[in-house]
Parts: sequence; structure tokens; C-alpha cells
Amino acid sequence: QQEGLDDGPDFLSEEDRGVSFFFPFLISVLFCLCPPTVDDLCFFFCVFFQSTLPNFKQNEFSVVRQHEEFIWLHDSFVENEEYAGYIIPPAPPKPDFDASREKLQKLGEGEGSMTKEEFTKMKQELEAEYLAIFKKTVAMHEVFLCRVAAHPVLRKDLNFHVFLEYNQDLSVRGKNKKEKLEDFFKNVVKSADGVLVAGVKDVDDFFEHEKTFLLEYHNRVKDASAKSDRMIRSHKSAADDINRIASTLYTLGTQDSTDLCKFFLKVSELFEKTRKIEARVAADEDLKLADLLKYYLRESQAAKDLLYRRGRALADYENANKALDKARAKNKDVLQAETTQQVCCQKFEKISESAKQELIDFKTRRVAAFRKNLVELAELELKHAKGNLQLLQSCLGVLKGDT
Amino acid sequence: MPHFRQNRLCLREYFNMFNEEENRDTFDIQISVSDPEKVGDGMNAYMVYKVLTKTSLSIFSRDEVCVKRRFSDFLGLHSKLASKYMHMGYIVPPAPEKSIVGMTKVKVGKEDLSSVEFVEKRRSALERYLLRTVKHPALLKDPDVLQFLESSELPRAVSTQALSGAGILRMVNKAADAVNKMTIKMNESDAWFEEKQQQFENLDVQLRKLHASVESLVCHRKELSVNTASFAKSAAMLGNSEDHTALSRALSQLAEVEEKIDQLHQDQACADFYLISELLGDYVRLITAVKGVFDQRMKTWAKCQDAQVMLQRKREAEAKLQHANKPDKLQQAKDEIREWEGKVQQGERDFEQISKNIRREVGRFEKDRVKDFRVVIIKYLESLVHTQQQMIKYWEAFLPEAKAIA
Repeated sequence: QQEGLDDGPDFLSEEDRGVSFFFPFLISVLFCLCPPTVDDLCFFFCVFFQSTLPNFKQNEFSVVRQHEEFIWLHDSFVENEEYAGYIIPPAPPKPDFDASREKLQKLGEGEGSMTKEEFTKMKQELEAEYLAIFKKTVAMHEVFLCRVAAHPVLRKDLNFHVFLEYNQDLSVRGKNKKEKLEDFFKNVVKSADGVLVAGVKDVDDFFEHEKTFLLEYHNRVKDASAKSDRMIRSHKSAADDINRIASTLYTLGTQDSTDLCKFFLKVSELFEKTRKIEARVAADEDLKLADLLKYYLRESQAAKDLLYRRGRALADYENANKALDKARAKNKDVLQAETTQQVCCQKFEKISESAKQELIDFKTRRVAAFRKNLVELAELELKHAKGNLQLLQSCLGVLKGDT
Repeated sequence: MPHFRQNRLCLREYFNMFNEEENRDTFDIQISVSDPEKVGDGMNAYMVYKVLTKTSLSIFSRDEVCVKRRFSDFLGLHSKLASKYMHMGYIVPPAPEKSIVGMTKVKVGKEDLSSVEFVEKRRSALERYLLRTVKHPALLKDPDVLQFLESSELPRAVSTQALSGAGILRMVNKAADAVNKMTIKMNESDAWFEEKQQQFENLDVQLRKLHASVESLVCHRKELSVNTASFAKSAAMLGNSEDHTALSRALSQLAEVEEKIDQLHQDQACADFYLISELLGDYVRLITAVKGVFDQRMKTWAKCQDAQVMLQRKREAEAKLQHANKPDKLQQAKDEIREWEGKVQQGERDFEQISKNIRREVGRFEKDRVKDFRVVIIKYLESLVHTQQQMIKYWEAFLPEAKAIA
């Protein structure tokens, strides 16, 4: 029944998933719900982890983590100055079942207006949708951890080890209102900085090109992601309509007093099957296209953040240079100015060096991921279209033969 | 509006297929309604349609005749036919619905997509209306029908309010009311009628439900088409900003594929509508006419009953007068008895006749229904096949492009 949903959003290339031979890490994330009612979802992720690296106390273990703890880990990377020169793997999105919950509510309200068979069918559909969203959410969390594990520096991070090994609650409370407000202002400042940085032409051609590219790319991925979501939603709605049509045709088939009864039953059966295929098409487009775009929206933002951090380091370096010149001119606090300038210089150069590699890797990953997903998308679309065609032609053969 | 012209061809094409099937059997008459033309300006403007009849039937004066008719002419024809034949139990095909909103846009001169679509929808509906009318063996020979198809000048149909689809519905409902007010419920000696009425009742419910679902599908498919086009543009933009050459090209190709698929969805929505949705709409209205005919029968029976009651009263009155020694009044009473005996006999004959007619009409109607649905559904499935074949073509062309990303 799962039919390929097990694949999950595998929008990363093989290298990133930490499952290749050369990586000493194997991470998989499952989930459990507690309490198991739809109204009050409380996610606990069970992280299973295997490693052959010496710096872990055990080779194989598991812990239970909540979504907030993943966010804590991500934020700790962002706030760590040491990692300023890396693209921080984007945080997994919060589990979101609002849309499905709404649909379930509507279904409950409309129960009186449909037959028992229809109601059961639609309920099963919704349950499958819930399951799909669960799996996706889990996979997103898994991907985050795998990306961290794949990074030569981040995988050594202490917080990461604590996250994986400490089998008690990390007591990471979610950010309170004040902290959320602080974050908001930090982002505003960052954007303002971003405008400043974006305005100044970079001496280094590589970074100048990357800046221009990323600014535009990020916006376009955002647009494409939103548009693909809308397209897929319409597709799902159309599949739902075909579901209702199939049910009504079935009723007509059972009631009709003429030869049409067999006809209606056959067509109803056909639409039942094609409807399932249409739903699969929408689901696969969601997985291979929409999720891919969403992920690269987040990744391109993380890459932009890296550029902003480098830009700030550059600004600091330039300010330190100016301060040094002033100090030398006044012959006051020169040593201190020299030290500050050296520190800024080193910081800037370190960030620039790692940022260059990170951005090159980002491109490689991106190209590989798009290739994989576009190929799989095309193959799935073909598979489903051929399936649909075969069903339609065989039904037509029967119907035409009957006359 | 090149986009719509493409649609228009698609609509005609689909409808012509329907047309051909209809006329392929021994029925030797072809009718087409075409070339809508706006006459006049402002709120007095109206559309005029060309009605072309090609036939080898001898009741027509020529092989081929072309006339110009406006919408109210069609309503006028239907009203005449309904008043002549409905009370005899004939199922008279209903005329298309009036639409104030649709027509106002056309009158006001909005040449936008929705008013062009409205005119096309109406043109198609008028054509189907005429085809169904002439398919009826009695209606085909009707002088009003012949005049409508042949005569170059047609007297303007007056007071079209009464002639609108709603007007006819009112007439039908009046019969239904009469039935509901019957003091003596009809003792149905013929199980066939009861059974058939129930069947049509059930069919009505399901067809309305199906119609609503298909209308929803048409709406969502149009939405899907719009959203796919929008995504295609967005993917093209993304391809433009992608700095890896091969990936950039592949994204542009993806955009092209999605654009073609958007057109596919549009064409499919057209088929959904013109084949299935309109057929269902026609049948919902036809079944109203069928139910009306059953109600007419009950009305006839009620009339017959009333006549019998009257006759009984007259007989009782006569019996009383026997002992009253009023020879004039007695004679009058005897005359009245004869009069009502005649009415009762006529009533019984009418009832028998309408019952016979209805049996025949329902048989014919069901045969046509089977044929209509079969033909249309098969055409529709063929349109779905075509869509999938195109999809396969497009994705097969794209796959190597995606694989070429290095």
C-alpha cells in the first residue's frame, strides 16, 4: 500500500545521505506519537545511530528527540563563530498537519451527505495523506542529521554528539517571546546588512558572481516552489472529483434498468483505478519536484547567510584596517590596532577559504539532486501515464465490444 | 485571441463527433446551428444564429435550407410544441436555459473570453435542442417545426417570459400541483407506471449529483491548467538564473513540457465540459420533461374522476326529479346526464391514450438515453486516451534531457 512512499524525499545526492560506504555514520530516524490522537500531536523522533568512529562511546544506540531539540542543534551551529565559513544545513520544517486536520474536519461535517462507501473511501484517502506527511516530516529530520554527519567539520561538533548520545531530555525549551523578537530583529539587521553588502562590489570575482547568482536564484526557487505547490493542489482536487464521479457512476450502475447498468459499472471501475493513479502522480510530483524546490529554497538561504557572514567579516576587516591607519597616524594604541587587524584578517581569510569550497560543493550537490529528481520525476510520470493509458484502452476495448 | 480560437476548434470538433453519431442511422436529416452574429447595439442587441438543414425527407420543400433565428425563436417553438403535445404524453425536449448575466455581457459588447465562451455554449445547446426535437417522429412532422426550419420569415415570439425554460417549468409544476391537490389518490392499476416513476426519480437524483461533480472537475482542471502555465513560466525563470549550463537547459525544457501539459489540461477540461457536463445538464432537463408527462397522465385521470363524480351527481339529481313532476327540468337533467356520460367516455379514452403514448415515449426515450450515454462516454474515454498519449510523448522527449545533466 505504501508504493514508493518509503523512498521519502531523497532529494539529496548519494554523498549527502551518509549511507555510502565511505561514511562511518548511519543515521535513520523513525517517529512515534505520544499521545496517539490526531488532535494533540506530539512528535518524538527516535534517532537510531551507528558509527565506527572512535570518538563515540558506543557503536550503535538510539535516543528520543523532539522537534525543538533539532532546532536547538541547528541554531547552535548558526550561532557558533567557528562555523561562520560553512553552509549550515537548513533546519527541518516543523511538523504541519493543519491542512490535513482541516480536511478531516470537513469530512466529518459532510458525513451525512455521502454514502457509507464514499465516506469510508475518503477517510482512507485522508489517512493515507496523513501517513505520507508523517513520513515526509520524519525524512526531513533525517536529512538534516545526515547532512551534519556528512560535513567533515560539523560532524565533530560537541553539541551534535550530545544530541546523538545523551539519552536524557536535553531540556531545550522553545524560544520565549522575547527571544523570538530578538531573532526577528537579528534577521532584519541581517537583511539590512545584506543590502549593504550586496551594494558593494566584491574584489573577488568568484564571490561577486556567487552573490549575484544566489540573490536571483533564491527568489526564483521561492517562486517556483510556491507555484509547484499550487499546481499539485489542483491536481489533487481533480483526483478527488474523479473519486466522487466514480462513486456516483457506481450507484447509477446498480440502479439503472437499461443496458447502461453494466456500462456505468465498468466506467466506474475504470475511474476508480485512474483516480488512484492521478493521486499517485500528484504525490510523486510533490516528492520529486515540490520537495526538491522547497529544500533548495532553504539551502540557498543558508548559502546566502554564509555570504552575509563573510560580508560582515569583510566589513570588520576593512574597519580594522582603517582603525590601524588612524592609530599609526596618531601613534596611539598601534599594537592593539595591529592585533585587532590581524585577527579580522585571519577570520576573513578563513571564512573566504571555506566559503569558496562550500559554495562549490553546494553547486555540485544541487546539480546532482536536480538531475536525480528530474530523471525520477520523468520516469514516474511516464510510468503513470502508461498505466493510465493501458487501463483506458482496455476498458474502451470492452465497452466498444459490447455494442 | 488565438488561444481561444484553438479552443473553439476543439469544441466544434468534439461536438461534431457527437453530431455524426446521431445522424448515422436511418434518420436522414442533419441540422447545424452556426455563425452567431450580433445584431443591434446596447441592451436591444441580440444574437442571430444560422440554422442549416440538410435532408432528403420529402416533407421538406428543399434538400438544403438555411435560415436565421434568434434565441427567442427557439423558445417560441418549444412553447408551441409543449402546449400541443405535452398533455398527450409526448416527451417534448426542453429548450436551453435563458441567461440574463450571460446575455448582458454579450449585449454590452464585451468581447472577452467568457462572453465568447457563453455564445459558443449557447450555440451548441441550441443545436442539440433542434437535433433532439427532430428525432421525435411526431415532432418532426409538426408544421411549426417545419416552419421554423424552412421559413425565411418567422413571426416574432411574443412575451418570452412565459416561453422561458422557467416558464415551461412553471407549467409543468402546475400539473404537479394539480396532482398533489387530488383528493382521491390515483389507484395505480398499472405497476409499470409506478415503477417507472420511481426509476426516473432515482435517475434524476444521481444525474444531478454526477453533474455537480463533473462541473467541479471542469473547474479544477481549468485551475490546474492555469497553475501549470504559471509553474512553467516560473521554471523557465529558474532555468535562466541557474548557472550550471546543462541543468539550466534541462529546466528550460521542463518549462516547455509543462507549458504543453497546460494546453493538454485545457483541452481535456473542454472535453469534460462539452461532452459530459452538457450531456448531463441536458438529461437533467429532459427528465424534468419526463416527470411532467407522468404528471399530465395523473391530471388526465383526475379529470376523468371528476367527470365521473359529476355524472353521479347528475344521475342523483335526475332520480330526485323523477318524483318531482317537473317535466322540463327532468328533460334537462337527462340531457346533462348524456353530456357527462360523453365526458366520462372521452376522459377514459384520453387516459387510455395518454397511458399508451407514455409507454411508447418512455421506451423511445430510454433507447435514446442508452445510445447517447454510450456514444458520449466512449468519445470521452477516447479523449482521455489522447491526453495520456500526448503526456507520454512529452515526458519521453524530456527524459534524455534530464539524464544529460552532467
